[in-house]
Amino acid sequence: MTKEAIVQVHDLSKVYEMGEVRVEALRSVDLSIYEGEMMVLLGASGSGKSTLLNIIGGLDRATSGTVRYRDRDLTSADDKTLTLYRRSSVGFVFQFYNLIPSLTARENVSLVSDIAPDPMPADVALELVGLQDRLDHFPAQLSGGEQQRVAIARAVAKQPELLLCDEPTGALDAETGKLVLRVLDKVNRETGITMAIITHNVAIAAIGDRVVRMSSGEIHYIEENAVRASIDDVEW
Amino acid sequence: MSSLRSLDRKMLRELWRLRGQLVSIGLVVASAVAMVVTMRGTYEALFAARADYYQQSRFADVWATVERAPESIASDLRDMAGVSSVSTRVSTYATLDLPWLDAPGMGLFLSIPDDGRPVLNDLHITSGRYLAPDRSQEVVVSEAFLTANDLVVGDTVRAVLNGRLQELIVVGGAISAEHSYSVPPGALYPDDERYGVFWISRSLLGPVSDLEDAFNDVALKLASGANPDAVIAELDRLLEPYGGTGAYVREDQLSFKILDDELESNRTMGTAMPVVFLGVAAFLMNLVLSRLIATQRNEIGTLKAFGYTDREVARHFLSYAVVAVGLGTVVGSLGGAWAGGAMVELYGDYFKFPVLEYELSWTLVAIAAGVSLVSAVAGSWSAVRKAVSLPPAEAMRPEPPARFSEGWMERSGLGDRLPNAARFVLRNMTRRPLRALMSSFGIAFSVAILVVGMFMFDGVELMMELQFSIVQREDLAVSFNQPVGREAELELARLDGVTRVEPYHAVPVRFRAGHRERELAITGLRSDSELRKVVSEDGLIHPIPLEGIVLSRLVAERLHLSTGDDVDVEMLVGERAEGVVQVAGIVDDLMGIGAYMELDALGRLTRQAPEISGAYLLVNEDDRARVNGELKRTPAVASVVSPDMALESFEEQLEESLLIGVFFLLGFAGVISVAVIYNGTRIALSERGRELASLRVLGFTRPEVARLLFGEQAILTLAAIPMGWALGYVLAAALAASFQSETYRIPTVVSSTTYLVAAVVTIASALASGMLVRRRLDHLDLISVLKTRE
Ligand SMILES: Nc1ncnc2c1ncn2[C@@H]1O[C@H](COP(=O)(O)OP(=O)(O)O)[C@@H](O)[C@H]1O
Ligand SMILES: [Mg+2]
Repeated sequence: MTKEAIVQVHDLSKVYEMGEVRVEALRSVDLSIYEGEMMVLLGASGSGKSTLLNIIGGLDRATSGTVRYRDRDLTSADDKTLTLYRRSSVGFVFQFYNLIPSLTARENVSLVSDIAPDPMPADVALELVGLQDRLDHFPAQLSGGEQQRVAIARAVAKQPELLLCDEPTGALDAETGKLVLRVLDKVNRETGITMAIITHNVAIAAIGDRVVRMSSGEIHYIEENAVRASIDDVEW
Repeated sequence: MSSLRSLDRKMLRELWRLRGQLVSIGLVVASAVAMVVTMRGTYEALFAARADYYQQSRFADVWATVERAPESIASDLRDMAGVSSVSTRVSTYATLDLPWLDAPGMGLFLSIPDDGRPVLNDLHITSGRYLAPDRSQEVVVSEAFLTANDLVVGDTVRAVLNGRLQELIVVGGAISAEHSYSVPPGALYPDDERYGVFWISRSLLGPVSDLEDAFNDVALKLASGANPDAVIAELDRLLEPYGGTGAYVREDQLSFKILDDELESNRTMGTAMPVVFLGVAAFLMNLVLSRLIATQRNEIGTLKAFGYTDREVARHFLSYAVVAVGLGTVVGSLGGAWAGGAMVELYGDYFKFPVLEYELSWTLVAIAAGVSLVSAVAGSWSAVRKAVSLPPAEAMRPEPPARFSEGWMERSGLGDRLPNAARFVLRNMTRRPLRALMSSFGIAFSVAILVVGMFMFDGVELMMELQFSIVQREDLAVSFNQPVGREAELELARLDGVTRVEPYHAVPVRFRAGHRERELAITGLRSDSELRKVVSEDGLIHPIPLEGIVLSRLVAERLHLSTGDDVDVEMLVGERAEGVVQVAGIVDDLMGIGAYMELDALGRLTRQAPEISGAYLLVNEDDRARVNGELKRTPAVASVVSPDMALESFEEQLEESLLIGVFFLLGFAGVISVAVIYNGTRIALSERGRELASLRVLGFTRPEVARLLFGEQAILTLAAIPMGWALGYVLAAALAASFQSETYRIPTVVSSTTYLVAAVVTIASALASGMLVRRRLDHLDLISVLKTRE
C-alpha cells in the first residue's frame, strides 16, 4: 500500500434517533480511501453505505469518530469549511440524479462549474460522458442513463479530487448501467480522480481496485482485486 | 461571465414556472399596496388640500364679535403680544327677498375692505370676479346659495339692508373656509336655498349697519408660538367695553370643527382599513411563501451538496418574495393611484376645496411595499433557513414519512365506516395537523377580510334602519324661522289631515364641565314623544326623563361626564341665561350627536316662556302633499322635511364618501381571497404530487386522485369559513371602535348576508382554483414524477 490515503475514517459511528427508535447506521467504522483508486462499497440495502459516503462527502455529520480529508478534520469542521470542501474537492453522483429540472444538461453542469475554483468547460465534461449531442436538452427530455451521465459530467466538471457515487446504476437497466460504469471507469483512468462507488450488486464489485463489504453498519471485510475486471465481463 | 450564471438562469426559469403563484401572491401585495395608496392617500390629499386652503385664504386663528368698536382700536389689537395680523369687518344678517321661494331667505353680509382683499379669511372666487373697488352695489355670493337658487353671475338679488330694499348685482360666486359649513342662525343644519353668505364692500355695509369707521367682527392671526389662551384673555379685556361676547379659537369655529371631524373620520378609515389589509396580506404572504419554499427542500439540498453557500441558496429562493412584492408594488401603486384619483374626484364634489388633487405618495408606496417585503422575505427566510440548516443529505431525502399511530379516527371506529378516500384525506390531515391548521388559517383570513369589507354596509344599513324606522317616525317635520309660542302646536293640530303633533325645541347652548367646553343644541321633546325617540345602537329606546339631560356618549366622553354629574349650560340665544343640569343618562346613538331634555324641563333651564322651534307631524297619507304645500307657504315656517327626503340626501352623501371606499375594499378583499386559495391548492399539488402520481400508477383514475386532493382542500376551506367569520367579527369590532365621528358611527353588527356572501365568495374561489389546478393534476407526468425525486 504505497499510495497516500486522501480520506481517513476512524471509529466512525452514526446514530439516528427518531423518538424512541434508535438506528445505529454506522458502528465504529475504520476506512481509508487511497489517491487515484476506484473503491467499491458493497452491501445490502440498509447496511449504512449511503450514511458513510454522505459523511465522507460532508453532506451529513457523524455522531462520533473522525473523518480526515488530507490534513483536514471534517468531523469538527464548521458549515463554512464543509461548504468549501464540497465546492472544491468533492463531487457527487446520486442514485436519482438530482438534476435541476429547470436547467438544460449544459446548464446543470455549469451550475457546479460556475462555483468551482478550477473547472473544465461544461461542453468538455459532457463530451467526456458522450453527451455532446444533448447539450441543450432538459432533464425531462433525457433517458435515465443520459440523466445519470449528465450527473456524472456535473460531478466531474469541477475536477474534484474525490468522486462519490451512490448507486449510480441503481435506477438503470443493465445495458445503461454498464454504459454509466464505463464512463466512470474511463473518468477514473483518464483523470485519475479518486472514486468511491456504492452498489448492492455483487457483480459490479469486480471492476474496482478494492471492495469494501458492509453489513449492519460495520465493515465486514475489505478485498483487493488484483486486476480490475472489464465492464463487458460483468454479469449483471 | 458572472459566476452565478446557471443559478440565475435557474431562478428566471423557476420564476416563470411559478408565475401563476407568484402573480397571485403579487396580487395580494397589490391589493394591500393599493389599499394604502388609495385610502390613506385620499386622506392625505384632503389634508393637504385643507392646509393649502387655510393658508391661501389666510384662515384666522381667533374670532371675536363686538357690538360696535371704533376702527381706531384695531391698531391696539395689532400691537397685542402674540398677534401677527388683525382683520376687522362689518358683519350683519339681512333678509333676502327671494320671490321664487315661498318665504324670505336670510343672508350673512360680510364686508370686504374697499382697498383690496381682507387681511384674513379671504374668499376663493369660483365664478365671475371679485368686487370692483368703487362699485358698491356689487356682491360676491357663496357658491352653494347660487347653485341652490339657480343664480348666476349677472343676476340680481334683493336684500333689506337697514330697512331699505337694495338691488345687488351678483358679480361672483365664492367659497370660504370660514363658511364651508354654513348654518343659519339658530338652526342646526345648512339650508343653502334660504341662507347664503354675501361679501360686499365695506363702504356700503358700514353705513347701512351704522358702523361707519367701526367694526363688529374681528379675526386674528397668531404669531407662531403664541399662547392662544393669553391672547384670548387680553382680547376679551380689550373688547369688553365695546360689547365683546368672548373670543374663540379655530377649534370652536363651526366650519373648522365640522371639516376637522370629517377629515378625522376619513383619517381613521384611511388608516385602520389599510392597516388591517396590510397585516392580513403580510401574514398570508408569509404563510404562502414559506409553504412554497418548503416544497423545494430537495433542490436546496442538492445545491448545497454541490457547494453552494447558504447565502447563495437563500438569495436564490428569496427572489420569489422579491419578485412577487415588486410586481405587486408596481400593480398596486398604479391601481391605487388610479383609484385614489377617482376617489378624490368624487370627494371634490363633497368637500369644497379650491384645489384638491390626488398625488401618488412614494412614502406610502414605500411603507406598504416595505411591510410586504419584510413579511414575504421573513416567510421565505424561515423556510429557506429550515432547509439550509439541515445537512444536505437530510434535505435531499423526501421528508420522512410521518409515523402513523392509532389516532382518534381509528379509536373511535369512525375510520372503518368511512370510504377509503375519506380515510386517506383525513389521515393526511391529522398526520400534519399544524400544516393543515395553517392552511386553513390562511383561508380563514381571506374570509375575514371579506367580512370586514362588507360589514361597513351592514353597519350603515342598520344605522339607517334604526334612524328611519325607529328614531324618525314622523311623516313631516316642520321647523320655524324662529322659536314660537306653544300655541303653534294647536294651530298645527287644527290642519286638516294632521293626526298627531309633537313639538320640539332646539336651543343652541354651550356645555361646560371643568375646563372642557362643547357647543351643541339641546333638543327638547315631550316625554311621551312617539315620533322621535332617543335610540341607542342596540335598538333600545331611552325614555326622556322628566328632569335632567340625556347626552350622546361621544359628547359625554369629550366632556368627561358620567350619569349623575352636573354640567353647566350657557344658552347661546336670547338673554344667554346660564344654568346647571344633571346628566340623567348617556346614550350610544348612531347618527349625529345630541343632548335631549323633556320640553318643560328645558323651558325651566332656559328660563324662557315655553317655546317650540318646530314639530313632528303624523299626517293622513292622502293629505300629506296638501299639508306640506300649505306649511311651506306659511311665512313662519322655515322648512318642511319628510324622512324620505332626509333618507335620500343622507344616502347620497354616504354614497359619495363611504360606499366608494367599501367598493374598493371589497374588490381588494376578493382578490386576496382568490389568490390565497389558488395558491394553497397549487402548493398542495406540489406537496402531494408524488404521492398522487404513485396512486395513479397503482391504477387510481383521475377523478379518484382529484377527489383525494380536493377533498382535503374542501375540508380545509369549510373549516376555514367559521374561523374566518369569527376573525372577521373581531377585526370589524376593532375597526368600528376606531371609527367614530360626530356625524355617524358604525355599530359592530355583521349581518347574516355578509357571512353568507363571504362564505360563497370563498367557496367560489375554491372551486375556481380547483378547476385551474385540475388541469395540472390531469396532466401529472407519472413517469417523471416517479423517476426524479422532486
Ligand atoms: N435520516 C434518517 N433517519 C433515520 N434513519 C435513517 C436515516 N437515514 C438512514 N437511516 C437508517 O440508517 C440505516 C442505514 O441507512 P443507509 O446508509 O441509507 O443504508 P444503505 O445506503 O446502505 O441502504 C438504515 O437502517 C436506515 O433506515
Ligand atoms: Mg443507500
